[in-house]
Parts: sequence; C-alpha cells; structure tokens
Amino acid sequence: MEKMSRVTTALSSNTISGKTMFCHLDAPANAISVCRDASQVVVAGRNIFKIYTIEEEQFVEKLNLRVGRKPSLNFSCADVMWHQMEENLLATAATNGAVVTWNLGKPSRNKQDQLFTEHKRTVNKVCFHPTEVYMLLSGSQDGLMKCFDLRKKESVSTFSGQSESVRDVQFSMKDFTFAASFENGNVQLWDIRRPDRYERMFTAHTGPVFCCDWHPDDRGWLATGGRDKMVKVWDMTTNRAKEIYCVQTIASVARVKWRPEKRFHLATCSMMVDHNIYVWDIRRPFIPFATFEEHKDVTTGIVWRHQHDPDFLLSGSKDSTLYQHMFKDATRPVDKANPEGLCFGLMGDLAFAAKESLINSDTNRKPYAGGDRRNPLFFFKKTDPTEQFAHVSSALTIYETDFDSNHMDWFVSTAQRYLLSGKPFAELCDHNAKVARELKRPQVSTTWTMLRIMFSDPANLPAAGLNHSLSKLGSLPLMNSFSLKDSGLGTESRLERSKGDNRQDNIHLEAGNSHISNNNEENEETEGSDGPAECMFGDAELDDDDLYSMDHENQAEEQEYTLPQEGFQLRHEIVDNPSAPEHFQQDKADSPHVSGNEAEVPCLTPIESFSLISISQPLFTHHLPASFFCPIVREMLSYYAEQGDVQMAVSVLIVLGEKIRKEIDDLTQEHWYMSYIDMLQRFELWNVSNEVIKLSTCSAITCLNQTSTTLHINCSNCKRPMSSKGWMCDRCHQCASICAVCHHVVKGLFVWCQGCSHGGHLEHIMNWLKSSAHCPAGCGHLCEYT
Amino acid sequence: MMEVQESLGRWDRLGSRDLGSRLEAMEIISQEVARKVEAIGPLTSSPPATSLGSDLNDILAHLLMLSKRCPFEDVRERSIQLLQEVQDLGVRIPRPLGNGPSRFIPEKEILQVSKVDSRTQSIFEDAFAALGRLDNISLVMGFHPQYLESFLRTQHYLLQMDGPLPLHYRHYIGIMAAARHQCSYLVNLHVNDFLQVGGDAKWLNGLGEAPQKLQQLGELNKILAHRPWLITKEHMEALLKAEEHSWSLAELIHAVVLLTHYHSLASFTFGCGITPEIHCDGGHTFRPPSLSQYCVCDIANGNGHANQHDDQLCDQDMCGEVEVLMERMKQLQECRDDEEASQEEMATRFEREKTESMLVVTSEDEECVPSRDISRHFEDPSYGYKDFSRRGEHVPTFRAQDYSWEDHGYSLVNRLYPDVGQMLDEKFQMAYNLTYNTMATHKDVDTSMLRRAIWNYIHCMFGIRYDDYDYGEINQLLDRSFKIYIKTMVCSPEKTTKRMYESFWRQFQHSEKVHVNLLLMEARMQAELLYALRAITRYMT
Repeated sequence: MEKMSRVTTALSSNTISGKTMFCHLDAPANAISVCRDASQVVVAGRNIFKIYTIEEEQFVEKLNLRVGRKPSLNFSCADVMWHQMEENLLATAATNGAVVTWNLGKPSRNKQDQLFTEHKRTVNKVCFHPTEVYMLLSGSQDGLMKCFDLRKKESVSTFSGQSESVRDVQFSMKDFTFAASFENGNVQLWDIRRPDRYERMFTAHTGPVFCCDWHPDDRGWLATGGRDKMVKVWDMTTNRAKEIYCVQTIASVARVKWRPEKRFHLATCSMMVDHNIYVWDIRRPFIPFATFEEHKDVTTGIVWRHQHDPDFLLSGSKDSTLYQHMFKDATRPVDKANPEGLCFGLMGDLAFAAKESLINSDTNRKPYAGGDRRNPLFFFKKTDPTEQFAHVSSALTIYETDFDSNHMDWFVSTAQRYLLSGKPFAELCDHNAKVARELKRPQVSTTWTMLRIMFSDPANLPAAGLNHSLSKLGSLPLMNSFSLKDSGLGTESRLERSKGDNRQDNIHLEAGNSHISNNNEENEETEGSDGPAECMFGDAELDDDDLYSMDHENQAEEQEYTLPQEGFQLRHEIVDNPSAPEHFQQDKADSPHVSGNEAEVPCLTPIESFSLISISQPLFTHHLPASFFCPIVREMLSYYAEQGDVQMAVSVLIVLGEKIRKEIDDLTQEHWYMSYIDMLQRFELWNVSNEVIKLSTCSAITCLNQTSTTLHINCSNCKRPMSSKGWMCDRCHQCASICAVCHHVVKGLFVWCQGCSHGGHLEHIMNWLKSSAHCPAGCGHLCEYT
Repeated sequence: MMEVQESLGRWDRLGSRDLGSRLEAMEIISQEVARKVEAIGPLTSSPPATSLGSDLNDILAHLLMLSKRCPFEDVRERSIQLLQEVQDLGVRIPRPLGNGPSRFIPEKEILQVSKVDSRTQSIFEDAFAALGRLDNISLVMGFHPQYLESFLRTQHYLLQMDGPLPLHYRHYIGIMAAARHQCSYLVNLHVNDFLQVGGDAKWLNGLGEAPQKLQQLGELNKILAHRPWLITKEHMEALLKAEEHSWSLAELIHAVVLLTHYHSLASFTFGCGITPEIHCDGGHTFRPPSLSQYCVCDIANGNGHANQHDDQLCDQDMCGEVEVLMERMKQLQECRDDEEASQEEMATRFEREKTESMLVVTSEDEECVPSRDISRHFEDPSYGYKDFSRRGEHVPTFRAQDYSWEDHGYSLVNRLYPDVGQMLDEKFQMAYNLTYNTMATHKDVDTSMLRRAIWNYIHCMFGIRYDDYDYGEINQLLDRSFKIYIKTMVCSPEKTTKRMYESFWRQFQHSEKVHVNLLLMEARMQAELLYALRAITRYMT
C-alpha cells in the first residue's frame, strides 16, 4: 500500500507545479483541507464554505456549498476535512455542535449528506479514518469524542475523555488508534474499538493543547501544540510517552502539520498576535527553518498540498485570503540571524560563540595572558544531505576571568597611599611613582616620574640631566619593577634600542600581572607620542633611582617650608579656595628645592653631579618651559580617563594643580572628579574621597562636602529648635548646654553621654572621666568615654 | 502627607505571622493611644475637634475593626482590652454600625473570623498580612474558600506585584471604576490605599485634577462599564497614540483588567449588600446607641421589621420552588433530543432572550446617598447601561466562538501582562466550575446546567452568543425575579436592594446566593474583558 502510494506520488508530484499565489475570500476562514490529488481545496469558516481548484496561476472558485436563503448554523464551520479516499466526501464540524457530511456527487445544489446533532457543544474537530472509508471521528467542547459510521444515522461509539473539552482528534496512520488533545493539557490515546476507556493519558502542556499530528512515516511520533507556546514531539512507542523534541514559539500554537518527506520538519501557525507560518526543523528548535509572512491576520488553517510533496503549503487566514506558498519563496530566518553571540557572566566571565570557520581563520588571536584560560567547547552537528539548513557549526569560547585580576585592590591601596598634597611637587610625584611601582603598575609609575621631570623647575636639574646620564649610567640596576633584560647595554647603546627592549619587557611583565588586559596597546600609544615624551620614557627609571637618594635629604629641609595640612583650620572654609594649601606649598616648595638641590649636589657622586650640572643644562634649559608639555599631559590625562583609570587623571590633576588646570575645561575636570569620588565612595574610602573633594578646584565639587552638614539643635528646656545660636535659646532665654564640669555654657564642641545625656566641654569631660567613672553631673550613671 | 503614611504604617506589623512581633506592634500602638489620650486631657465630654482628637478617633476606629475582623486571636483580644481601657479613662469609643459585613445576610450566617477551618484561616491570614485588613468582601466570599483564594491572589497581583503601572495609578483606576457604579464602599477603601502608596491627594478632587493620561481613560471606563459592545479599536488607538500621554500596550492591558475587575467587584458589593468597613466612614459611630438601631442606608433600602414578616409569608407561598426548578432541569436534560429546534428557532431564541433582558425593568428607583461625593471621579454621570437593541442602534452579535477567552483573550493578556492571564483563567474556571452538587436542601444535584444558564444569560445581556447553546433553556430555568436581580446587579448594581436579594430563590441558602453572585461577577468581568481585548486585538492586526 505504502509503496503504491509512493509510486503514485512520484508520478503526481511531477504534475504538481505552481507559484506563490493567493485569492481573496469573502469571509475569514476557520479551516482548510485539500482533496487527495491536490487539485482542489475547501475553505470553511463561519460565513464561508467554498471549494477552489488550484490552477497553475490562480485559485478558481469551483463551488459554493453555502446555499439557502438563510443559512443555518450548520454552515458555521469550526473545522473541515476532505476524505482522503473518497474524493466526493467532506465533513465539517459546526460551531453549534453539529457534525455534517457533504457529498459532492449529489445532483442538487445542497450537497448536505448527513447531519449528526449528538454533541451538545461546539465540535472542534472532525477526522476521517485514513483507510476505513466510512469511519468519521469528532471531538467536541462537551468533552466527548464520537465515532460515526457514515452508513448509519447515529454514532456507533462515544468516548468520554472525563477531563475537559476536546480540541483535536487525529487518527494514527495505519491502525485503529487515535489521539485526542484536551483543553486541560492532557493527551489521550484511544483504541477505536474500545470506547470504555483510554489506553493511555499524559499531560503534554500547561493549558489547552490546541492541536496534534501524527508523523506520516514514523509511527510512534506525535506532535502537539499548546497555548503555552510550545510544540512538543512525543515518542509513543515506549511505555511512557517520552518527549523527544520541544520547540518554543512566540505565540500559542493553533495548528501543527508534519512536512511530507522531511522527517524532522513541521509547520505551525499561531492563534493570536503572530500571523506567520513557521516551518521548524525540530532538531534546531531555536530558529525557524523557514517562514511564510504573507498573511495580515492570524492564520487559521494550514495544510500541505500533497501528502508527498514538501514544497507546497496552503493556508487560510482570518484576513480572508487563501494562499499557496512555495517553499522556495519562504524567508529563511537563519540567513538573517546573527551567528555570533557574546555574553558576560555574573562573575565577569565572557562567553563568545561564533562560526567555527571564523575562529579558526583568526590565527592571530591568542588567549589573553595572565590566568585567562580558554576553554574551547566545540559543537558539531551532523548534517544530513537533504537538510537545507546551512551547514553551521559554532565554536563556543569561554574566557574565565582570573579571580585576582577582578580585584580592585590596586585601586584601593593606590587611593590610600597616594599623596596629593602636603609635600613639594617633585616629592609627591616620586612618592606616587613609588607607590605605583610597588603595586606593579609600571606605566603609571613612569608617568609620575615623567611629570616630575617635565614640570619641575628647569633649574631643578635631574629632569634635564637624564638624557645624558643614561648614556653614562645605562648599566645601573634599575629600581623599576621591570628590569632591562639586556643589561649588557653599553654606554654607547642608543636610546632607540633601549626603548625597544623596554617594550618587550613590558609585555613580559603584563603577562604576569594582567591588571589591564590591553596594556600592550597602551604602551604603544604612549610611545607613539612625540619627541620629548619619548626621550623621557626610556630614562625615567634611571632618573628615579638617583633621585631617590636625594629625596631623603630633601625631606628634612622641606618640613620648614611646607605647612602641614593640620595647620589649616579643620573647619572647612566656605570660600572656594581649597587649592590654597597646595598653591602655597608649591611656591614655597620650588624655591627651597633649588637651593636644596644645590646644597645637595656635593653629596652626590662626582660623575652624577658633573653630568647634572654641566651637561644637562645646555640640553634642556629654558627652551622648554613647563607649559610646553601641557598639551601632552592633557592628552595623557584624557587617555587615562578614557581607559577607566580616572584615579590617575584626578591625582595628576590635583598634584599638578595650577600647572595644568587651565588646559582642561571645567566640565571635563568636574566629570573626572565626580567619577573618582563616586568610585572612592563605593569602596568606602571616605577619607580619601573627602581629601579629593577638598583639594579639587571645581566649585561643583568642593561644595559636595558641605551638603547636609547642618545640625539642628533643640533647646533642652523648651524643646523648640534653636535658630540663631547654638547655645542660647531665643524663646526661653536660657542657656541650653551647660558643661557639667565647669557649669559654663558650652559654645564649641559639646560631648554628652548617650546613657544619661549629661555632658559638657569635650576637654573637661575627657579629663573628668580619666579620674572618675561616674557622671560629672552626679546622676550616678557610669559614663564611658571611648 | 507624611503623617498619613506614618500613621498607616503603624498597623503593618500586625500582619506578621510571628506572635512576638504582633504583640510588640500592639504594645507600640497601645503606648501611642495612651499618649494621645493623655494629650487630649481627661474627660472631654464633647467629641474632640482638634486634629489630635480625630487622629485618636481614627486609631480607635481601626482598633475596633481589628477587634472584630483580625484573623489573629491575640490581636482581637488585645484590641478589645485596649478599647476597654480607653473607655475606662472616660474617652468615648466607637461602636460598629450595621450588622456584620453584609446588609443582606445576617451576621450569624457569615463565617466568624474566630471560627473557621484551618484552610480559610490561612487564607484570611494571608489577606490580612497583604493588606492590613480583612475586608467585608473577603468575609462574605469566605463561604467559598477555594474561590476566595484565587480571587485574593489575583487581586493582590494586580494591585501590589510587578506590573506596568505604578501603584498609585492602580488604585486610582480602581477608584475610577468603582465610582462609575457609585460604589462608595470600594471608593473609600481605595482612597485610603491610594494615599498610603503615596498618591497625590489632589487627584481625589476629581478626574480633572488627575494626569492627562488617566483622564483619557475616563472614556474607556465609561463605555466599558455600561455599554462594552460599543468599544472599537479606535478607542484603543486614541489611548495608544496620544503623543506624550499615550499608554503602552502593557499598561493598557493592566488598566483594562483593573477596570473590569472593579466594575464587576462593584456588582458583587452591591449584590451582596456589603456594608462599609468598620474603620472607614460610615462603618462606625461615636454616638451612643439610640433607640432605633437602623442606620440611614438600611432605611433607605427599605429594610425594617416589616420585611421579616414578609419573608415568612412568602416562604410559604414559594414552597416547592426548588423542586420545580430541579424538575425542569431534569426535563431539559431528557427531552432535549425529542424536540430539536431548528437553527432559525435557535437564533430567534437568542434574540428574544437578548431583547427580553432589556425589558426586565429594574423596578425600584431610589436614591442612595454616597458618603463621599463619588460622581467627581468620572465624567458624564448620566451615561448608563442602554439597551443596545433599542433605538435602532444595532450592533452585530458577538460570537463567542470567534473570540473566546480560552483561545484568544488569554493569549493576549498573558503576552502583554505575564501571569495575569493564567490567574484570570484560573479564577474564571474556578467560578464557572465551582459546585457542591447541592441545591438548597437537596444533595447530589448536577448544577452545571443551571450555572451555564446563568453564565450565558449574562453574556447574552452583553450581546455575546454561544452557537452551541439553546437560549430557550434560560427561560425555563431562570424565573422573573431572578432575572430582575441579575439584570440589576450586572447593569446598574447601585440599584440593587435587599428586597431584590430576598425575592429570588427564597429557599436557597445564603452561601448559594453568594455563589450566584460570584458567577455573575466573573461572567460580567469576562464579557467586558472580551470586548476590550477584541478591540485591542483588532488594533494590533
């Protein structure tokens, strides 16, 4: 039998041809069905019941079955089916509960053949047995399924699902089994010869199961679609129905139909919202294999035109059109899909999926250095040759973040250890450079050193002298964290050369610490800047070294000139002049520096002093004032800020103070400050953040630590707020806060015990509690001062 | 504003399931009461007029409510004790007005919070924890705990859980919807909630003070409440495409669900004669009990001694009503196949029922005096339920098979407002399928036919037709007084009276009448929802 049909198919499929086309119906369609030879289609709906012949170029209306002056509800069809063996026979399910059969062979206009009105509620589905000519099955809202023998006037058996409304019934291809799907999510399997109870039942979906379809070739496979937007394929050959595939669609699934001749393909359409028809490859459930997007309203009926031809799909819709879709005209979503995926994990892991070919060709790509591990997971899919999905295999790469590199420890300790004020400029730079170096951030460290060199007074020689001293002292051990491998550099070695080496080292080092994953580029960029900076780069370390010995001596002297921070008033000045200390200090610091330097020179080794004084002077005298470097520094700061190291930008901004401030517009500065302060506060570095606020020059920033600093005080006698003075109440004219020790009014800091609420001058209380454990007011409370 | 929030906040912890923290909260309240009593001074004979005094009165009223309605016994006892203490100090304490949660149902019939089974107890506790009160609606619904659970879950989700609309909008929409039916009970309840979630008190002066966006919803509210069949996709478009005041689809769905929920809840409120909450206006009085125990509304609704007398008389007259009804149901079941009506006949039966439902006169015209001026929450107060088949205003019948809740409505709601579709679906099914297989004193009765008749009759009033239903059944099963009740309750619930409530199904129990009310409420909600959702679907396609 099967072979026979195969043969006929082979013949007839040759005769089927056509194109994508459509015709307008008069009314929305509810269901469609084709006759066996694929030449005609019947369309049924509430107000339509017509047969169309499918021709090469168009649909032609052949017959209107809806006759009579006032058509009865029997014509209002919920479903229709064309008999697959008897080509004159059709059956419809009416919304009023009637099951009607139609015989096209009747000579009269009214082709109605039989009328069964046994169901009490709407009939949702009718189904002819594929091989038994006279057997018709119906499923209704009243929860019953009935089997009719077309030769009799009544149903021959009734199946009670005992659950809820029946949404779909489908005969299995070759035996006497049928499947019924229910509104409560169940699917039942029945033997047509045993109406007393179902053979098996399982819950397939949450919510109604709108449709089901047996696989045309695979006996055991049943596809179900439900309101929960899923299409599931069940293997029924085992004892328990096993879900073998599941496709998640975007709307409730109204119909599902296996695609002929394609083992893994099925077509679905939705009941609401989504108007497209999808053809899925159930093994690739995440993207439709093909889509037909012609309809303007929900598709209500789909059917493959011929049971052995996979290329023609017919569909009816609520938009009152009937379409024939050609498979070759379908849209292939996979072509438009983005085959690359990128996602961050919660802990900073990064997953990246791309076409295999893409990854392999990119041989330059190397795993990130330093703890980053690459776990390639390859997914290959065997493709069967008839499959039309593009042969795709993707590689999924996961980059795990090194746990340590995620830490922001460096940020915290940098913030805590940096000095931003309170010392001469050069010293601040040195200190900060040292901090950076100790934290293994060579580039930052170098930057600090360079800054010192650039902006120190030209008379302040070391900066100028470096270029020269390199040639002399090239082989000195470097204090910098990365040491030149090529320590055999002769005195004649060129600057260029050392720079090159330096770079290599840099790379090497970064492999170890990997704080910033693309430090490589950073370095390149810095090096790419113009002349003077380049020169500095190579030299910085050396310079550092010898300056270090100097700094110690300097410090002692400096103390006299630099006012300690504490010397300033603790209370914040309202005037926007927080830069005062730094400014002040800068001026002072500069002059002693010069003198100091001169004083120190003799202490240095002869060679150095020689090189510093005599040779460097001519090289970098007053030709290059500090302002010369400003554009570079500005660029550098922007660069740091952009890299996310706003800490560096702000620190430099503060340390350089007036020297650079004018160069950068206020908004940018403010932005940097805000970001840095925000970060500091996130790390709960309140002190540092406050220092930064204090040292900033932007008015918007300095006012930050003056917000919500008002303390409202109530009078202790009359409980009214004290408005003008803090110690005298306007209303009751009494002194509110009296010191418990000296009995005088406290006008400054008032400290009180939280237990007994007595208190007084801070100092007095401190002294009192040193000698006595009891409250000075004599209340007997054991106060504590901590 | 702050004060209001603060004072409302103090009750929150009473909802805790932990005995200790409840006692603690009670202690704080009692301290506060003591402070306030002290502040007023001893023995003020006239009711204190100061703000301090009225604040105290609010607290006392709330305590009175707790003493009656709190599901936790310890809180009830402590509240009574506290009130007693205050009274002993010479402060006048309030007493509840009216008898129990419903005017129609004697208090003794309704579940006492103190005597419920563990399941209901747990539902009540949940409700109390969520809202800080156990409202009268829940108490009356307590007849049907299964349904109550589903109802409260849905309502809680709609009002308090994740959703596209801000919390105060939700309550305001509830107020708008309830005000449409002049349901002062729901309006009062939600005015409090609205203020508690930080709503702007100015909005309560009228819809004109509310944001433009909410004002636009007024039109939809009006049509949905009274003539939902007139809703078109243009109405939806007007809301969805209003430039800066426009609604998003998800917001609109949320609003529509809220509107329909409160329209139908207003029906239930009137249908069961729910009395004002004890702690709200009209729920308590500080006046000493006078000779006549009736409150104004009782008198207005014609409830007095006389009625009880009537009842007995009628009971005798109507004896056997239940039996007749059961006989008819049996007949219908059996004779069905004998006289199969033609299609035309069926169609005319629907039309006839539809038309007839229009002619059912909502007899008693009376004025009910809302305690709050409710009409200011909506515009066009004269707009009411109009019979759609009159005045040549012909609207095509809505075919249930073409747009059903199960297939279409659900999908749309769940798509735009996840989980709510599921909850509503469960609630509808619960209401539709709820049965104890009893009718009055008879047991083991299949009531599905009767339930379906009621459900379809309501949908019929809204023009929704089921192809597979014989509307002749309705005439057989629902008598005239019942139809009057249904019609009044669904279309103009504010006109429901105790007389109507009593005159249908005299021999049935109160719990069964509440069951009917639940059916009516859900059927109405679904009908309104279907019209609104269909319009939205049409807009989307």
